[in-house]
Amino acid sequence: MELRPILSTLRRHKTTAWLLILEIALTCAIVCNAVFMINHLLQHMQMPTGIDEHGLVQIQVAEVAPLPDIYARAREDLAVIRQVPGVRAVTLTSQLPLGFSSSNANIMLDPTQRTPSLNAGTYFGLDLVRTMGLRLVAGRDLRPDEVLDADVVLKLVAAGQTDTFAPVTVITQAMAQRLWPGGDALGKMLYLGPIGVRVVGVVAELARANAYDDATAQYSMILPMFMGAGKDQSYLIRTRPQDRQTVLKAAVAALKKADPRRVVTTQRTYDEVREKFFENDRSMAGILVGAIAALLVVTALGIVGLASFWVAQRRRTIGVRRALGATRRNILNYFLTENFLLATLGIVLGMVLAYGINLFLMLHYELPRLPAVYFPVGAIALWLIGQLAVLGPALRAAAVPPVVATRSV
Amino acid sequence: MFGYYLDLALRSLRRNKALTVLMVLAIALGIGASMTTLTVLHVLSGDPLPGRSDTLYYPQIDPRDDSGQMPGEEPPKQVTLIDGLNLLHAKRADRQALMAGGYVPVQSDAAAVDPFYTEARFTTADFFPMFGTRFRYGRGWNAGDDEAKARDVVINGELNSRLFGGADSVGRSLRIADTRFRIVGVLDDWAPNPHFYDLNTGSFGRTEQVFVPLQTAMNLKLERHGSNDCWGRGTGGNGRIYPGDTCVWLQFWVQLDSPAKAAAYERFLVHYSQEQKALGRFVKPPNVRLRNLMQWLAHEKVVPDDVRLQTGLAFGFLLVCLVNTIGLMLAKFMRRAADLGVRRALGASKRALFAQLLVESGVVGLVGGAGGLLLAGLGLWAVRQRPSSYAALAHLDGAMLLVTFLLALGSTLLAGMLPAWRACQVPPALQLKSN
Repeated sequence: MELRPILSTLRRHKTTAWLLILEIALTCAIVCNAVFMINHLLQHMQMPTGIDEHGLVQIQVAEVAPLPDIYARAREDLAVIRQVPGVRAVTLTSQLPLGFSSSNANIMLDPTQRTPSLNAGTYFGLDLVRTMGLRLVAGRDLRPDEVLDADVVLKLVAAGQTDTFAPVTVITQAMAQRLWPGGDALGKMLYLGPIGVRVVGVVAELARANAYDDATAQYSMILPMFMGAGKDQSYLIRTRPQDRQTVLKAAVAALKKADPRRVVTTQRTYDEVREKFFENDRSMAGILVGAIAALLVVTALGIVGLASFWVAQRRRTIGVRRALGATRRNILNYFLTENFLLATLGIVLGMVLAYGINLFLMLHYELPRLPAVYFPVGAIALWLIGQLAVLGPALRAAAVPPVVATRSV
Repeated sequence: MFGYYLDLALRSLRRNKALTVLMVLAIALGIGASMTTLTVLHVLSGDPLPGRSDTLYYPQIDPRDDSGQMPGEEPPKQVTLIDGLNLLHAKRADRQALMAGGYVPVQSDAAAVDPFYTEARFTTADFFPMFGTRFRYGRGWNAGDDEAKARDVVINGELNSRLFGGADSVGRSLRIADTRFRIVGVLDDWAPNPHFYDLNTGSFGRTEQVFVPLQTAMNLKLERHGSNDCWGRGTGGNGRIYPGDTCVWLQFWVQLDSPAKAAAYERFLVHYSQEQKALGRFVKPPNVRLRNLMQWLAHEKVVPDDVRLQTGLAFGFLLVCLVNTIGLMLAKFMRRAADLGVRRALGASKRALFAQLLVESGVVGLVGGAGGLLLAGLGLWAVRQRPSSYAALAHLDGAMLLVTFLLALGSTLLAGMLPAWRACQVPPALQLKSN
């Protein structure tokens, strides 16, 4: 294919050609970054929690009048729920993976350390490993005799008598790897402020409640403290996936029967917890998909429009070329090549722009660097769309009969 | 002349209907998307208390030890109970209030209403005059009631409607956590957005239904709701146990009517920190901040990143749409170069040609702009259907309407002028020669 005639024609329509190149470049740059962000969001939304998500339901209750003994009440409630048919296990927990409302602690390897080694989500409760369905990769779960009521712990800590109890903990593999890279975490000590805690178990995964950042999402630990009944505590019930709704209803009814005056503030399956956590990410991904589609459609229609004009404008020239022996194929190729040239220029410019936008996003929105694979994706998308868009007008051009050359306008 | 040009423009636009629709739609979509996102951004970064915000300040002091539990140079975002009460009692500002969030069970004397939980604010008396809360009935309590731990409560209009059918309920009572409280005031619809005085309980679309004197709430050990940060031996508390002495969990706001007073108050905070250090309570050298309301909101970055990104995306889209329209319009004008050449040869000035073409592109821009306004209305309606906390706030106000109009006008001129100017550069002779 001879490029010279195409270039010389384009030189006669410089402004229009540049506008089209600019449009393709902008579209290419935005689409590259948007696809990247969608991928990033999808990855984030697939975050593993380590728990048996489809077999868990959550109930939160709040009391109208202050309780005389929140610990006794929680034990009674757990006993009541355990009696409900279909309940395989039940526990009281201070937070749920991806539950938003979180409790966290700074972790140190040495009590005199000035800056913490990491910040971890702190789950308080008994029997969490079995109820949540966590996978122990080393050591054991917390034993019932190791778990103290929160009041007892808070009083001891406030009085500075932290050496009178020897707390133990179960941590995640991610946290163990970070604290003791390559080493064995079992039996090691870590510190929450002045309180030393010994690691007795390691679970494969347990996402924290406020897992906004993928890098630190798996830093969680289970501490041996029983929180007692309270509006912020959740009864977490494990059942079979198909029994969730029945068990949920029956458990709520049983709790209401035990004390009709209380208010059930939350009753939902864990799937709903997860759904809620990623709600904004999902809608952002939807908006990005919509934006990509709108951009590509507008650009494609722009190419169609412009090509149609050019074909109409060059009808006579095309007729002359046909009369001089050019085949339909030659004419078709001419317009396809012209569009390919413009698209290529636009894509090259778009790549530079895409890189610039990504640098800006990295600076302001903590987005990672745009991987190089996204560049060819954007390029191929725009080449394809350009060729498809120009095909219609190009076919119309190819259909121009040679006789046009003999007519005066 | 304008009427004639308009007629010519409409004829020309009708000749390529599909193209005209494409150009108008592209501009309308671009403007609609930009205005929707810009309006959301504008609403979210707006001033929650216009006229008052520049006299309201959020003092921060640094009572932490150097155990490094909370790294960073910035002082904590809240205050401890001791410091809060000290600063409150010092009364160095024109007005001051110490507060915390709560979540309390409410029961009505009317048996028909089941007990329910609602968000509460435990605060001292100046909250109401300082933030300029509007009262439908009654008023707030005073500092004396604070110290006396009075069982007074202010409720908002929504709760008043729910419990008393909207009637004047001042003097009547309701039960909070099984304790009887006397209603002293009913707020009008008052819900500043963002929920600036306590960003920990959610920035947007939040409002408390009951307001209880802080010391009364603490005396009754009502359950609090919010965030806390601890160091040393501090623990966040549990249920009816409040966070320890080495935890920050309350918000302290002051009103300072002049910049001079603000400067003096900052000096007071430094002085207070030094005093506490001398007493052995503080360990670090004085580390204070005194930001006014809008500075505080900017510092806390209350506008979600998603909203900024969406705005950027929408403007990127608008740019593509504009380039698209300019390109098409230009191609269209150039196609008529022969006509234009003839008109030039017959004596029409460049200016006349420009005016004629501008009318044509102006019509496209104007219709597109109007369409954009409609689409922005539709877009904002769609935003309001979304589950985000700020969804309900997305409304077009006067300022944004003006911005929309200006944006539409600017886009129109840009999309119209460039092609018109380019096309009327056509040399008349050349066009007559060919064909």
